[in-house]
Amino acid sequence: MTQQILIDPVTRIEGHARITLQLDDSGQVADAQFHVTQLRGFEKFCEGRPFTEMPSLMARICGICPVSHLMASAKACDALLAVKIPAVAVKLRRIMNLAQIAQSHALSFFYLSAPDLLLGMDEDPAKRNVFGVHEVEPTLARDGIKLRQTGQQIIELLGGKRIHPAWVVPGGVSEPLNAAKRDQIKAMLPEALTIAQRTLDWFQTVIDRYTEEISAFANFPTLFMGLVNPSGGLELYDGQLRITDPAGVPITDDFDPQDYARYLAEAAESYSYLKSPYYKPLGYPDGLYRVGPLARLNIISHCGTPLADQAFAAFRQLDRQSSFHYHFARLVEILYCLESIDRLLDEPDILSEHVRAHAIPNNNEGIGVSEAPRGTLIHHYQIDSNGLMTSARLMIATGHNNLAMNRGVLQVARRFVQADHLSEGMLNRVEAVIRTFDPCLSCSTHALGQMPLHIKLLAPDGHLLDEVRR
Amino acid sequence: MTNRVLTLQINGQEVSGREDETILEVAREHDIHIPTLCQLEGLSSIGACRLCLVEVANVPKLLTACITPIQEGMEVHTESERLNHYRRLVIEMLFSEGNHICSVCVSNGHCELQNMAQLLGVDHVHLPYRNPQRRVDASHDRFIFDPNRCILCTRCVRVCDEVEGAHTWDLKARGIQSQVMTDLNQPWGDSTSCTSCGKCVHLCPTGALFEKGKSVAEMSKRREFLPYLTIMRGKHR
Repeated sequence: MTQQILIDPVTRIEGHARITLQLDDSGQVADAQFHVTQLRGFEKFCEGRPFTEMPSLMARICGICPVSHLMASAKACDALLAVKIPAVAVKLRRIMNLAQIAQSHALSFFYLSAPDLLLGMDEDPAKRNVFGVHEVEPTLARDGIKLRQTGQQIIELLGGKRIHPAWVVPGGVSEPLNAAKRDQIKAMLPEALTIAQRTLDWFQTVIDRYTEEISAFANFPTLFMGLVNPSGGLELYDGQLRITDPAGVPITDDFDPQDYARYLAEAAESYSYLKSPYYKPLGYPDGLYRVGPLARLNIISHCGTPLADQAFAAFRQLDRQSSFHYHFARLVEILYCLESIDRLLDEPDILSEHVRAHAIPNNNEGIGVSEAPRGTLIHHYQIDSNGLMTSARLMIATGHNNLAMNRGVLQVARRFVQADHLSEGMLNRVEAVIRTFDPCLSCSTHALGQMPLHIKLLAPDGHLLDEVRR
Repeated sequence: MTNRVLTLQINGQEVSGREDETILEVAREHDIHIPTLCQLEGLSSIGACRLCLVEVANVPKLLTACITPIQEGMEVHTESERLNHYRRLVIEMLFSEGNHICSVCVSNGHCELQNMAQLLGVDHVHLPYRNPQRRVDASHDRFIFDPNRCILCTRCVRVCDEVEGAHTWDLKARGIQSQVMTDLNQPWGDSTSCTSCGKCVHLCPTGALFEKGKSVAEMSKRREFLPYLTIMRGKHR
């Protein structure tokens, strides 16, 4: 008899999903599927709206990473206006984006994954949460909360509120920074940096416990993609897109993000609302690639800030194919974000009041690309001659990782799940591989239309027993 | 015109007013607050929004304060559980009738409908949303009309007719299908009567009329021109 194991819901991730494990006659895992079970519909219902609403409307996609959508959306709108936004507006947007990435990484690492990493994959699920972490290692739990708070407060100081600030607008930002707020932000950074460094040091002491997970957590060669700056260093807001082979060697010239559609396409699978993007020249599903912290650090030559570069050197000693190291990469990036914010705040023009360019739309198509905590985020808009949206295409960071997550689930399930003596810890590992990617599923499902439902009931020999279509 | 002064009671308080004044005007002169949405000093009053409903002793139905003239010996009550219930219901119906999404609206934080809902304690809409599909008109060079946020107060219609004298705006259709329209239901940008003065935009209580290029929460309205124009024309109503 073939059997199915259903993990529903997948816990400690953002959004809703379930996993199906398909067993063969001998009780071994034959196949695994990661189902994203929700639909948001933003691509559809923004049609007919004025494009000037898009940054704030798109920010509502997510309460964790509203800022990331603000960035990509505002950049797409800048492209519609065809303006070069004031230099200081770029810097202010960068600061907010860095704060966003720091706070989101803190959430992923401390709240969602630290329970697995500190207490172990086999700990009682009732304890395997942030409260359990607090019982065993109160400093770690408090550090996580403090770090997240720092990021959120920086966002609030800049944008007026910490979730869904309306401050990022087409053409720049709506208000300049003042000296009092700058000093307040600067004063928060030293403690946050101490926490980030302390956490990284702690993580390096426990990482050896997880050699088996490291070897099986979505550990396979894939392409990597992310933005890089002109000197090949870490870039989270502008820059060129780079796609590399598993060893981090670019497989094509770095390209302008405006040309993304020449390199990337999306496939849809009937078992999930999440689309599966792939690298066009290799086709589907061979054009599998990964984005996010691991990919970003795999494709660059340096971070560009002292503490982050030190940590980056340690990261480079690790197995760069293992998705387990997303965790490490996240900690490196937190250091980079905090150091970069400090650096940007010291720029002589950071208090300049010229923060917004005004224009009417001069293009009917605009593409905005930036790096979200989870990877490259693409917003692609088209408008009519009056400035009303005619189409929106969103390629969300989590989506890029869909193929890798699916394959990672299968790899972990094959390694750890034994159907004859099933344990909770085995299934937790299947969830934990998803957590390494820190997917934000609520962000990532937007297309609306005919979602084909096609269910096949197969006998062990592959013989079709029943079939339902919608 | 006679200037006879009448006396009446509002909420038990003895008040007086000229006989050509409405309950709303007399109440305001005595600092008694009655909520309104469609009414604006300087425009004709039409009693459309029904928020200014008041109770009058010995009158079985509720009366709109903005268009009911005062009478000698009248006993008016502007606050009661019944009135609050109806006022909240009016706001709920306005919300359920259109597509009012404050969080992504240009007028968020500057909206009279939003303020009124907060003032009256409307924290839920108990009616099913109609979710109508209405097309945004962005054909005008400077302004946008979003019928999804229109509450049919007709301030735009009245100011365009009574103050600007262009009468670009008017109502079309009936009942739940009613909408404001420009000229003979043509795109605003094609209107030959519109002078692009922007008065309608600034009197609109919600984000239904706004300036192009404004982002979410950026559209605050400037209404100072209306009392100014009203006084300058010596037509204080």
